[in-house]
Amino acid sequence: MRRIVRWSVTSTVLTFAVSALTFVLVSLTPGDAARAVLGRDATPEQYRQLRAQLGLDEPLAVQYWHWLVRAVHGDLGTALSTGQPVLRTLEQRLGPSLSLITGALVVSALLGVGLGVLSAVRGGAVGRALDLLSMLGLALPSFWLGLVLVAAFAVALPIFPASGYVPLTDSPWEWLRSLALPVLTLGIGGSATIAKQTRDAMLDEMGRDYIVLLRARGLPERSIVLRHALKNAAVPVVTVLGLLFVGLLSGSVLAETVYVVPGLGSTAVTATQAHDIPLIQGVALCFTVIVITVNLLVELLYGRLDPRSRG
Amino acid sequence: MTPSASPATAPTAAERPAPSVPGVGRRLLRRPAAVTAIVFLAAVIAAVLLAPVIAPYDPLAQDLQNILAPPSAAHPLGTDTLGRDVLSRLLFGGRSTLTGAAEALVVLLLIGVPVGVSCGYFKGAYDAAVMRVVDVLQSIPVIILLLVVLSVFADSESAAMITLGLLGLPGLIRVLRGNTMVLRDTLYVRAARSTGLTELQLVRRHVLPRLVGPVIVQSSLFASSVVLAETGLGYLGFGVQPPAPSWGNMVGEAAGVIDRQAWLLVPSGALIALLVLALGVLGDGLRDASAEAWSGLPAARPARRRRSAGPGREKAGPAETRRDGSERRSGETSAPSERRAPADGALLSVRNLTVAVPLGGELTTVVRDIDLDVLPGQTVGLVGESGCGKTVTAMAVLGLLRGGGRITAGQVLFEGRDLVGLSGRELRAVRGTGIGLIAQDPIGSLDPGFTIGSQLAEVVRLYERCSRGRAKARAVELLSLVRIPEPAAVAARYPHQVSGGMAQRVGIALALAGSPRLLIADEPTTALDVTVQAEILDLLLSLRDEKGMALILVTHDWGVLADVCDEAVVMYAGEVVERSPVDEVFRMPVHPYTTALLESNPASTVRGSRLDAIGGTVPPPGAWPDGCHFQDRCGLVQDVCRTSPVALRPLPDGRSSRCLRHDDAARLRKVSP
Repeated sequence: MRRIVRWSVTSTVLTFAVSALTFVLVSLTPGDAARAVLGRDATPEQYRQLRAQLGLDEPLAVQYWHWLVRAVHGDLGTALSTGQPVLRTLEQRLGPSLSLITGALVVSALLGVGLGVLSAVRGGAVGRALDLLSMLGLALPSFWLGLVLVAAFAVALPIFPASGYVPLTDSPWEWLRSLALPVLTLGIGGSATIAKQTRDAMLDEMGRDYIVLLRARGLPERSIVLRHALKNAAVPVVTVLGLLFVGLLSGSVLAETVYVVPGLGSTAVTATQAHDIPLIQGVALCFTVIVITVNLLVELLYGRLDPRSRG
Repeated sequence: MTPSASPATAPTAAERPAPSVPGVGRRLLRRPAAVTAIVFLAAVIAAVLLAPVIAPYDPLAQDLQNILAPPSAAHPLGTDTLGRDVLSRLLFGGRSTLTGAAEALVVLLLIGVPVGVSCGYFKGAYDAAVMRVVDVLQSIPVIILLLVVLSVFADSESAAMITLGLLGLPGLIRVLRGNTMVLRDTLYVRAARSTGLTELQLVRRHVLPRLVGPVIVQSSLFASSVVLAETGLGYLGFGVQPPAPSWGNMVGEAAGVIDRQAWLLVPSGALIALLVLALGVLGDGLRDASAEAWSGLPAARPARRRRSAGPGREKAGPAETRRDGSERRSGETSAPSERRAPADGALLSVRNLTVAVPLGGELTTVVRDIDLDVLPGQTVGLVGESGCGKTVTAMAVLGLLRGGGRITAGQVLFEGRDLVGLSGRELRAVRGTGIGLIAQDPIGSLDPGFTIGSQLAEVVRLYERCSRGRAKARAVELLSLVRIPEPAAVAARYPHQVSGGMAQRVGIALALAGSPRLLIADEPTTALDVTVQAEILDLLLSLRDEKGMALILVTHDWGVLADVCDEAVVMYAGEVVERSPVDEVFRMPVHPYTTALLESNPASTVRGSRLDAIGGTVPPPGAWPDGCHFQDRCGLVQDVCRTSPVALRPLPDGRSSRCLRHDDAARLRKVSP
């Protein structure tokens, strides 16, 4: 319960922080949205009019308040580069991003926990090989890894499409195929992070007294490792999974660009290139909401895994 | 301290600077991976700085006749889409990455060090507020904020890097805060505080020097993430704009010709990956080296040892034992032990049991040549000071040695079958149902993640192969057997929700679930409140009588031993020095150590007489003297005790002693019981 309260406080602060921060940053921009929309040839009169229309002549705090009220009502403004409502763009782009990030998270969790447990339990050569692999996984830049995977599995061996995204509703099979390489790209680095954490947590647990006692009762090693040690080791790993999700959001920006996936990340890049402030503000807010949701899931999972946190 | 403050007095402990990290640098240089990383990093930085001097070509010079060339003598890394030399572009292209990393690091350190240290040092509301901000910062998706900054600050890479430095703060602040919290309460800082140094002086002189290690580690790991982010932004088309090269935009260019010349991906991508890898290796190496330096032990080794304690070793350990059982180990002097046949009808007969544990990388014998017999229903007490090997002996019987320990010689005959060398599966069949274990720390012995009831039900199902419902009912039965009131309610609790005494009752219930013939109880009451100790012991004994179990009780309490045990096995420095029926031990000890131990027992001394402590300490494994292990603390020592090992020998009355002057041992007693 205490954790949930803490979560709500942090979430509220986070939402305000991100939105206010982007707002303040935007206000520092030389030139403003009106200038960006009108271009250089506009008359001062036109410029003043549009400024008034967009509310840019009001004090910053008032502008922020207006934006906030509109945002709460689902109005995030209009994207300058496309003329579409920001919210609609976000809705369209959310699906691909969530597919990609969730896929990568699942791959990271399964592969990472598997490898981490294996390396903790086996030690020796297997452990060292896994250490090396996870170090490499962490070091390879995701955008580069993505390109290498394209060169290997889309160009040299054309198994997967090199780019593009097929919605699940169009064709589940093609959806999977279009996601395979981007998910793998993000999943390799992610599973390296998780494997490292899992290994450390497992080594910690396996050295505890209760493990010796479980062995003394004749329980099979498989059950000791997978049922007992892993459940307790999962507590710190879940925390890292939450942090990894935030990392994957960042990673998705690069991966979506590499694979031309029409998601939030690639939208953020194009919006940045076009200096489309309302759109990038919308993406930032959207990312924040996703992070907050994931943090909540982590807190709930935490409570399930660690009885001590329930008090 | 100012010179005027205490010009006359000698420097106190507080005035001396904090002990500096003992040779972290030296320890780091002993790690080949770390050294390689340092050399590589230095080479890359030097090459990038010297690019104008060493680059073979102008990074912008095009050669359209020779585009996308593979590596050759003229172009060691080939040419790009416009025929420009890849090597030269790499050398020039590193500038933005290195500058960016430097900018981000400066921001990180300028803010992170003061904030982190002050949070850890002053704690309180200030710390709580900062940590909330840190929580929030940690949840911000890095790249999105970078993109916002880039869109606002007209593609200024410096702005992005400063932002990156700010976003890296949570990691550094957390680490420094944690370290400072520990440091501020250490003895020498408290001592320094009492001499009247101001807080600022304290921090500067005694806290900051110790934080240099963690700061460098964090900086190195952070730098690797900056390299990834900076090149990522470059790849996305931000920062350095073509035709000027940056590592990121070179990858971007290569992406465009991925189907024509995949090689072009390699030089820039591999360089980024290697740089990140090197920074990571350096950070890990530094962390291990400083952990090692502070603890005085090689940091990597305990981890490896722990790992080798895992499953699968059980099988390998005893098997190896067979092969090299006769081999001499370091710290082990071969004693002329006599082959003694197992006692007739014994439930457990341990013979010549020797256990070695890797200490400081060397396999060191920790108990040696142990003999032990337990008859059905008998209670045997294992006594001795801490560090004599009582617990190791008890655990070796179950084949459960920690820290990579293994049985290097001897037999553990349980019901006539040697447990040494059994497979993991065969051993598991004995554990729980043949031999049960109760440990010292009751709460730590329970899995914190499961309710008490489910832990009991689990073993019940293992032993009885019954339904879940039946196992649950049996679990509650077991809890009432160990006299827990409201057993059903306790079954639903987690270990952290019960008291130590309650947890130990649960521990007993768990051990009884398999109805073992032999119960090993390793100081089962030591960790409990004095008032609870007697209750638990009574419970244990009445259950022993009820079930007709044999019991090995590891203890250092003579009172318990006298009340409870039939036979006493006295251990000293890894050896059994005396085995006697309990009455006999008290009447007439046959080893001077037993005598000394009895003398130091407050319960046995006459009121008003002096309570003796045994002078000196138990020699640790690896430092055992030649000859008798007790020689340096013995009142009866002769030259012969120092020259040749002493064997445990049976005496005519059926007792055993590892003393050449066993007849005189009792005479050392000042008082009779």
